[in-house]
Order: sequence, then C-alpha cells, then structure tokens
Amino acid sequence: MTTLFAFFPELVLVLGGLGLFTLSLGKGNDRAGWWVALGTALAAWLAGWATLEVRETLFDGAYRIDGFSQVLKLILIGVLIVLVLVGGDLKDVREDIRGEYRFLLVMSAVGFVLVTSCMDVLALVVSLELGSFPLYLAVATRRERVDQRSQMESAIKYVMFGVAANAIMLFGLGYLYGLTGTTSLPVMAERLRPIAGTPMALAGIGMALVGLFYKLAVLPFQFWTPDVYEGASHETTGVIASLPKVGAVVVIIRWLALASPDGRSIPWLLGVLAAGSMLYGNLIAMAQRDFKRMLGFSGIAHAGYAMLGFVALDQAGSAASVFYITSYALMVLACFTVISLVSDDGLNVPITGLAGLHRRSPLLAATLLVGVFGLAGVPPFAGFMGKLALFTAAFERGHGWLVVIAVINAAIAVYYYLGVIREAFLGDAVVVTPIRLNFETRVLCVGLIGAIVLLGVMPGRLLDALAAVMSASGMTAFGPVAAS
Amino acid sequence: MNHVMPTGNPAEGFGLLSVLIFAPLAAAAVAACLRGDTALRWWTLISTTAIGVVSVGLWTGYEPARAGFQMVERMPWVRSLGIEYRLGVDGISVLLILLTTGLAPLCVLASWKYIGVRVKEFMLCLLVMETAMVGVFCALDFVLFFVFWEAMLIPMSLMIGVWGGPRRVYAALKFFVYTMAGSALMLAAIIALRLKAGTFGIPEMMGRDLPAEFQCWVFGAFLLSFAIKVPMVPFHTWLPAAHVEAPTAGSVLLAGVLLKMGTYGFLRFSLPITPYAARLFAPWLMGVSVVAILYGGMAALAQTDMKKLVAYSSVSHMGFATLGIFSLTKDGIEGATLVMINHGVTTGALFLVVGMLYERLHSRELDRAAGLGRVMPWMAGFLGVFCLSSMAFPGTNSFVGEFLVMAGGFAISPILMVFAVPGVVAAAAYNLRMLQRVAYGGTANPDHSGIPDLGAREILILLPLLVLVIGIGLHPAPLVTLMHTSVEQLLGQVRLGTAVTLVP
Repeated sequence: MTTLFAFFPELVLVLGGLGLFTLSLGKGNDRAGWWVALGTALAAWLAGWATLEVRETLFDGAYRIDGFSQVLKLILIGVLIVLVLVGGDLKDVREDIRGEYRFLLVMSAVGFVLVTSCMDVLALVVSLELGSFPLYLAVATRRERVDQRSQMESAIKYVMFGVAANAIMLFGLGYLYGLTGTTSLPVMAERLRPIAGTPMALAGIGMALVGLFYKLAVLPFQFWTPDVYEGASHETTGVIASLPKVGAVVVIIRWLALASPDGRSIPWLLGVLAAGSMLYGNLIAMAQRDFKRMLGFSGIAHAGYAMLGFVALDQAGSAASVFYITSYALMVLACFTVISLVSDDGLNVPITGLAGLHRRSPLLAATLLVGVFGLAGVPPFAGFMGKLALFTAAFERGHGWLVVIAVINAAIAVYYYLGVIREAFLGDAVVVTPIRLNFETRVLCVGLIGAIVLLGVMPGRLLDALAAVMSASGMTAFGPVAAS
Repeated sequence: MNHVMPTGNPAEGFGLLSVLIFAPLAAAAVAACLRGDTALRWWTLISTTAIGVVSVGLWTGYEPARAGFQMVERMPWVRSLGIEYRLGVDGISVLLILLTTGLAPLCVLASWKYIGVRVKEFMLCLLVMETAMVGVFCALDFVLFFVFWEAMLIPMSLMIGVWGGPRRVYAALKFFVYTMAGSALMLAAIIALRLKAGTFGIPEMMGRDLPAEFQCWVFGAFLLSFAIKVPMVPFHTWLPAAHVEAPTAGSVLLAGVLLKMGTYGFLRFSLPITPYAARLFAPWLMGVSVVAILYGGMAALAQTDMKKLVAYSSVSHMGFATLGIFSLTKDGIEGATLVMINHGVTTGALFLVVGMLYERLHSRELDRAAGLGRVMPWMAGFLGVFCLSSMAFPGTNSFVGEFLVMAGGFAISPILMVFAVPGVVAAAAYNLRMLQRVAYGGTANPDHSGIPDLGAREILILLPLLVLVIGIGLHPAPLVTLMHTSVEQLLGQVRLGTAVTLVP
C-alpha cells in the first residue's frame, strides 16, 4: 500500500489522462475536458504535496522517490496547472480534437513527471519519450486555414530533429552500457568513475547529452526552435517552452552525475555551448518581429544561461539551474498567456501588435511587464535571482570568463525585451478595444505575477529546499560540494 | 564565514531605515486602491511628506562623532547564496537620504497639474522610486544594493516614457539601455568580490588588501557603471535626452538623486574596496572630471532649450563632484559630498522653475521666455537666486562645495585646477545668460500678457529650496560635521593596503 501511495501523483495524472481519453471519444465535451484536465492537475499537485516526504524505491531500483524527485514533480505539475489555465479555450485548435489535445498535454506531463524519479537508463529514455511524443502531435493540431499551413512543416521539423537527437542519445547510451554493462544509473556512475576520463566514456556522455540539448534548445541543436515556436499554436508553444525544458534539466543533472567532477572536457564542452547559445539566441532575437519567434530565440539564449549551472558541475550549480529553468518557465508562460489573449482568433502576434496593451488590459500589460523584465533579469523578479545563483555557481568554479560573457549577453538581451515593453506601454494604440478577461485568466495572471515576484524576492525557500533535497538524495556525485 | 566587523550598533530587526524604505511601498499599495485623481494626489503628498518628516529622525538619531555604520539592521535573506538584508548609514548616506525624502513631496507638488493623465500610475512610479532610492543609500549588502539600483530603472523609464515629451520613447529606452549595460559588469564584479571576501557584505569587503590586478578589474567594472550614472564625459549622452523629455518630477529626481548614486558608488565602493586601483586611476579621473566641467559648461552655453541648458550644467557640476572625490583629500571629498547635495537642491530647483515656465508657455525655448520677469516677478526672484547658486556665487550653497573641491584639487595638482577655471567662468556665463533673458529679455520680447505669476503652490515648492540655498551657503557647518568622521574613515581606508606613492 505504501508503494502505491508513493506513486500517488503519477497515478492521479495517469487516471486523469485516461479520463480525458474517454471523454475525447465523445463529442461536445470540450468544457468538461478542460475541467477534468484542471481537476487532474490540481489533484496531482495536492498528491505531490502529500507525498513530498515519502522516500521509496520501486521496481527493483529503477524508480526512486526521493526529495529531489518530489520537489521537481511539484514544479512540473505546477507548470501543468498554468498550462491548463492558459489553454482555456484553445482558440486555434480544431474544436473536434480539443479533447485529444488535453489528453496529449496531460500525458506529456506524465512523461516528464516520471523522468524525475527514473534511476534506470531504459526507464528514463522511455519516460522522456512519453513526455515528448504527445508534443510532436500537439504541434500539428493547429487549425489549418488560408496562409496558415506552417504548423505541418513545424511538426515535421520537430519530429525529425527530435528523433535524430534521440538516436544520437541512444547511441551514446549504448556506449555507456557497453562500458559498464548496466542500465542502472547509480551502478553506471560507480563503474564509470575509474574510466571517466577515457575518450570512450566522454563520447558516450557527450552523445547522451545531445537528446537533452535538443529539448533545451541549446546550440547547435536549436534549429527547430524558431519555426516550431512560430508554427505551433500559442498554447502548444507554451508547453514546448516549459515542460520539456524542466524535464531536460533534470535528466542533464542525472547524466552529468556520470561525468568525472574534476575532468576538464565536459565543462569545456558545456561552456562553449552555453556561450554560443547565449550569443546566437540574443543576437538573432534582436531582429525578430514576431513575438513568438523572438521568444524562441531568446529561449535559446536562456538555455545557454541555464547551462552555466551545469558547467560548474556541482550541487550549487545544479540547484541554480533548476531554479532558473523553473523561473524561466513561469516568466515565459506569463508571456504566452498574454500572447494567447491578445491574439486575434489565434493568429500570431507581431511585437507591434502589442501596441497600447496597457489601455486594452492593464492586468495583461502588468503580466507582460513582469514576465519580460523577469526574462531580462531585472530585479526584483525571479530571473535576476536565478541569474545571480547561476553566475555565482559558475564563478565559484573558476569560470569567470563565462560569467562575463553571460552578463554582457544579459545586457544585449535588454534591448529586445525593451522593444516589447515599448510597444505595450509607450506605443500608440492602433486597436484600443479592451480585452475582456474571464475569472480564471485573471487568477492566472495574478498568480503568475505573484509567483515571479515571490521567487525574485524570496528565492531562499526554493533554493534552500533544492540544495537540501539534492544533498539528501546523494546527488553529490559531482565531487566536493563548494562551500557557500 | 560571516565574521562581523565593528560596524557600529549591531541592532537587529526592523528600524528606522526599513521604515523609510518600505513606507513608500506601503503608501503605493494604498494608492493603488484609491479612486479619483485628487485623492491620489493628496494621499501621495501626505505620505511623502510624512516620510520626509520621519526621516528627520535620521538627522537627530545619527551620532556624527562615531565612525562606522549606524542604525544597522541585519537579517538573513537568501541563505544558500549568503545574501543578507542588511542596512546601515554613515554621514554621507544620511545626507543623501534626507535629500531624497525631502525632494519627494516637492515632486508630488510639481506634478500636481503637470500630470493630467494616468495620475495613479504616475504616483505609483514615484513612490516605488522613493523606495528604491532610499534603499540604494541604505544597503550594506551588495546584492541588496544591486536590487535597489536596478529596481529603480523600471519606474524611472516608465516615468520618462509615458509622461514625457515628444521624444520620450527614445529617451526612456536610451536611459534604460545605458544604465543596464553599465550595471551588467558590476554584477560580475560583485560576484567576483564575493568569492574573494566570502560574503556579499559591503563592510567586510572594505579595507581588504585585495590583489592589485584584481582591484583594477573590479574598479573598472564599477567605474563603467558609476560613470554612466554620474554621468562622466563621454558617457553623458543619455542625460540631456532623458532630462529634456522627462516630466518635471522625473527631471528633479534624476538630477537630484539618481545622478548622486554614481558619485555615492565611488565613495561607498570604489574608494574603500579597491583603494589601490582608485589611487592608480585617480589622476586620470581627475583629468576626465575637468574635461566634464569644461565640456558641460561649454555645451550649456550653446543651448537655447532651458531644460537642456540645465541638463548640461549638471554634467559640469557632477564633474566637480568626481573631481573632489578623486582628489582623495579630505577637503575634496567633503566638498564633493556638498556638491552632491547642493546640486540636488539647486538643479532640482532650476528644473522646477523651468517646468513651471513650460506649463505656462508650452515651450522651453529661451527666446519664448524672454522678458517673462516683467509679468512674473516672484519667478524672476527665485530664478535669480537659483542661477546665482548654480554659478557658485559666494553666499550660496554651491560656493562652499565647489570651493572645497577646488581646494582639495589644488593640493594635488594646481595645474589641473587652472584648467578648471574656465569651467567656472562658463557657469557664470550660461547662468547669467539664462537669467538675463528670462528675467529681463531684450527689446523685442514676445507678448506675455495674461501669463500669471507663481501661485501659492508653486511658491511653496520653491521656498524650502531657497531656504536651503541660502542656509547651506551661510552655515554649512552642520552638514560638514555630519559627514566629517565618515570621510576621515573613508580616507583611512583609501590609504590602507599596498604602499603606493600618491601620483603627483
């Protein structure tokens, strides 16, 4: 019974998913589907809180419920709640497949929630795919209409790149299996330790990371990002920009535990990719006119920032990365909330389309302000504290040059984020029709603003909790924990 | 890890400083719920005035004879990153906080009619600004300082960008980008310092004998940030744009408080934390300061827009402030602090007067304002005194500060001071030119019939500043006494560490 209880949040999500599947078989259940999705997410969240203190190992050690996995589950399910709320009416998804869409959303969340606990490479890969495959489909669910067929191209791109990246990841994992003869991560880490510096092991770890770099959109696996962001419906892009990235960060932390803590090759590789992503994303984002596309490029840059924590290869760095990607998810979802409400009939929103937003809806404008300035790293919002934690972690391990590149990038990024603020607050309105917000949207906006400000003003709760659960979960395979 | 250095009264928990920081925020929360523009104006006026009155407690509670930070408040904030909520003041910051809380109600009064649209948002910006500004001068933890420093950007740029003049968007973005770009490297420097000192605490970082090369890098990163904020030539170009487009209250806060944050940064961080680098670069920065004095003066002389004229005169005045600071002498630093206060008073007053003229003429052109003194005798009287103060006429506040700066500079390099003299002459020229035009005009003045003189509200705004101009000018002793010990301590910290001869 206790084993079943430890698995409670996952069970709730799976059951909810099944319920949604059943609903999707009928017609006209759109609203009911939304309620079921919301209820599932909320119930899973409560279940997550209830199982926060549970410690259990299931399925012959392949699935471990520990502090780290439980905190991450809470974060992921929290993101799912936001996503369900953002996708309230799914304007740009065909009406008869909205039920399926919600089913896909919940199943994707199930996948990433499972990922947090997997201690076996096979289980991990399967969970990761369970998280990813529904999203490939979701991209293609956008309505077809005149001048709007790019979603198919986007979906194909997303699948092709995704599958290719997965293949490389599996190839790398094959090397690691060949070297160690096990699929259990802890055993693998132990057996790899004496040979961690060998080219074979490095190649294995490097390739295993590729599949995750793809999800996180790190250079050079970022090619799909702008097109998929632009082609998918707003709600789908919101999902792609949040859930897989949090999931990817978790798995990267697991993979990197395999790397030798004092090796130079892996930090060097990660550092170069981080610097490249930041520069590439920020410089190209400056030239964008479509808001979603801009967020896509800026997402590449943010993936670069998040990598700074991995470069440190220590616990403080990993905690900072998780904190950063969590705040990133919230801030980017604040932007997507605004996009999906501003958007006219689900069409893409050019940055100029935000003109006069403060008059059309002050609450949405405030949400955008907090989200965008948060992304820009302006205190007192979450983005700043996340960057501070990342920079401190990277600097502590002697990567000063990388921090300097990162702060310069943060300054560059301000330019295009300001462009958004300029339109929303300072521009002259072309359309001045007020945007009506229903109750749940208002709750969502206020909740996002509150969360972003709280994480920025009191980051200690989450950061301390992450640090505590990570050391308790024995995630100190990185070697000496830096004194802080 | 957190070895406590003697930093004065080790009081914990909330105190006067926290009250001063959070009262404006609380007032903003109340204001957000109010309806009706008049109610909002009155509420903001009452709350900022009350905060101003409460802040007098700083003056009376501060013990000038004691070295170190006083009224210290200290609480952990983010444990895993070692960030603390830590406040404290010394003689220099007390003066700047008083300047801030004193100017705030005047800004509300100045915006009484000037701001006609979206009054609520404006007052919210103003109150949030006050929180951030007071916070900057109180913070003793580097991250806390940085948070306040950056938090100021959003309300200030909104103030310029929403309620400003025709090119407001350009000016607001330029201000934001410049300041943000400057502070980016400061963040890196703060993290680097933390790794050396083991804490983000500012007092712990002071007086450490850090490696020379490291000091130079940190000093450079700080310099960029502070030089943009001051602004020092050649980083000054955002200033005229921002000043010209900002509404009157924005200009007053910008000139009165925001620019001081740059010079405050030099005094609080650059000199005590990186003394070796400060001594190394001081002669060069004195040179740059003299260039700023000359350049600002010359540029002001060429302006026909009154606001631009005052803006460029700010560049020149702030040149005196940095000159005094980098002379690294007691006279120079005390003079520089006085210049900071005086510039806040005088330039703030000049911006207020220009704003009042703009409300009447809807133009800031000198030609349009020619001969206004005839119909506005009160205004002419005030403008006369403020112009005299701006040119550092003996008996006004600026004279004391600039005289001390010159004295300090003279002790270091008489030749350099000779070069600064034309700047003083230029100050007399551009101020008297403006005064002559506006108060007396020429033979063919535009028609000013029907333009009313200053009303009671406007006189009420200018009167306290007038009192300060004359008061500080005749009796600057209380201010000097207040900061004396702090400056002595600061000089002690600058002379600490690696023995390097003072560059002649």
